[in-house]
Amino acid sequence: MKAAQDTQKLDLCPGLLDVESIRKDFPLLARKVHGKPLVYFDNGATSQKPHPVIDALNRYYTEENSNIHRGVHYLSELATSLYEEARKKLRRFVNARRLEEIIFVRGTTEAINLVAQSYGRKFLGAGDEIVVSAMEHHSNIVPWQMLCEQVGARLRVIPINHDGELVLDEFRRLLNQRTKFVSITHVSNALGTVVPVKEVVKLAHAGGVPVLLDGAQAVPHLPVDVQEIDCDFYAFSGHKMFGPTGVGVLYGRAELLDKMPPYQGGGDMISLVTFEKTHYNVLPYKFEAGTPNIAGGIGLGAAVDYLAGLDWDQVVAHERDLLEYATQAITKIDGLRIIGTAKEKAGVISFVLDHVHAHDVGTILDQEGVAVRAGHHCAMPVMQRFGVPATTRASFAFYNTRAEIDVLVGALHRVLKVFG
Amino acid sequence: MSELDDLYQEVILDHNKSPRNFRAIGDADRKANGYNPLCGDQVTVYLKMENGKIKDVSFQGSGCAISKASASLMTAALKGKTQSEAEHLFDNVHKMLTGTSADGDQTQEVGKLAILSGVCKFPARVKCASLAWHTVMSALKGEAEAATTE
Repeated sequence: MKAAQDTQKLDLCPGLLDVESIRKDFPLLARKVHGKPLVYFDNGATSQKPHPVIDALNRYYTEENSNIHRGVHYLSELATSLYEEARKKLRRFVNARRLEEIIFVRGTTEAINLVAQSYGRKFLGAGDEIVVSAMEHHSNIVPWQMLCEQVGARLRVIPINHDGELVLDEFRRLLNQRTKFVSITHVSNALGTVVPVKEVVKLAHAGGVPVLLDGAQAVPHLPVDVQEIDCDFYAFSGHKMFGPTGVGVLYGRAELLDKMPPYQGGGDMISLVTFEKTHYNVLPYKFEAGTPNIAGGIGLGAAVDYLAGLDWDQVVAHERDLLEYATQAITKIDGLRIIGTAKEKAGVISFVLDHVHAHDVGTILDQEGVAVRAGHHCAMPVMQRFGVPATTRASFAFYNTRAEIDVLVGALHRVLKVFG
Repeated sequence: MSELDDLYQEVILDHNKSPRNFRAIGDADRKANGYNPLCGDQVTVYLKMENGKIKDVSFQGSGCAISKASASLMTAALKGKTQSEAEHLFDNVHKMLTGTSADGDQTQEVGKLAILSGVCKFPARVKCASLAWHTVMSALKGEAEAATTE
């Protein structure tokens, strides 16, 4: 209870994040699981949604639903303007230079596949090299492997050290005349490592190599400015940043997007179709074939508005406090080892317990109302790197509290008791 | 007893700690690999047949307590059984784990394996408990592909 009081006290201090009132914005956080108050520490998998996002979805289907870029009727114009308004919000969110650099996709996975198939198939060939890191999510490995098979290119991997940090010297060594693309995570989903992406981009650009950043785990935790980072592509998902599932964004530098062929064919991505020849639409529509996830896009716009209403210095400070508090608390547990101890980390703690498999940990924590991820986190090469079959991962969001971490620690003691 | 105590019974924890028949069989007639892509659990099952019966069965691999205990209990239960007896037992175990038995109680049919019946209250863990079974079935049938729980 002491920690709970501390949290409350902290929350009342000026300049600190008002977590108490933020939690009220997220209706799901108030529910119980197995009769216990939910402690939601699976934010790396997906985040919960605030009222404004849920309301936007509800309002769209109740009052605004219509197809976009098509009808001349009132509702179609309304839906179109709401959807395009959301695109403007997302441009501001990552500080893209131009609106047409924001392409709506299904999520990070589709964004990376789009770049691999469109940019990759056009500009990469036999013997060319693509560089990724050893801590990528499968979605930033497999699309490149598929491309390698198609064009005869080769995948090179930047190693990570024992703390789970990128070894920049090895990256420097990997870069050569054949390097044609670099695709790296901004924040590791399995380890929490924050990658020095500006440095990565600088090194790649020195050799004229374009860089894609997988920002899925970064945007919920830190402000992102694509111009400052100077990356060529930036991919992220709506549902991990408090927006709906099934929508995400690919930011791409307009000069590159212009040179790239469409990813999929269909409606909305064309300007003129005859059976002899089809003329493609301008950016961003060239890459948005078919009726998009309109409600999702509008809902994601609402999430951006919500995030813009927070003081991000406070958010970052609060998450850092959670990470430090949790790290200290759980390292005291016998036989527990944290996987991923980078100096720069987002609010993610992956760990293993001696003699207890992550799945068993996950099941027992669940009975205590604590939701964590147990498994390989779609990052099997990371598990191999650390010689573990799986880890338990607690991933935090700004709505989490120290008191919830105390519940996690208590639940971990129950695990030890069962397996004692 | 809580659902959790039902799942992690003493016998299961004991089989997890000291799994029976946790070894390779050098001169195995049949061998199969099983893999659960969801969690990365993997198991190899070895079989030694004699006169149409399972003379020896063993396993190796890595996984959670439920998958390890289930594999261990399975090897103990299968020794001396014919292929069709093993298949029949698998059917009953599967119904018990998934809670899909017609009469609602398969525990009579499976003997000591009834200790695993608590798994049906944890849908996410059914695949852990059935991995070794899927694998031994594919070994018995001589399938070349690795068994998966999908």
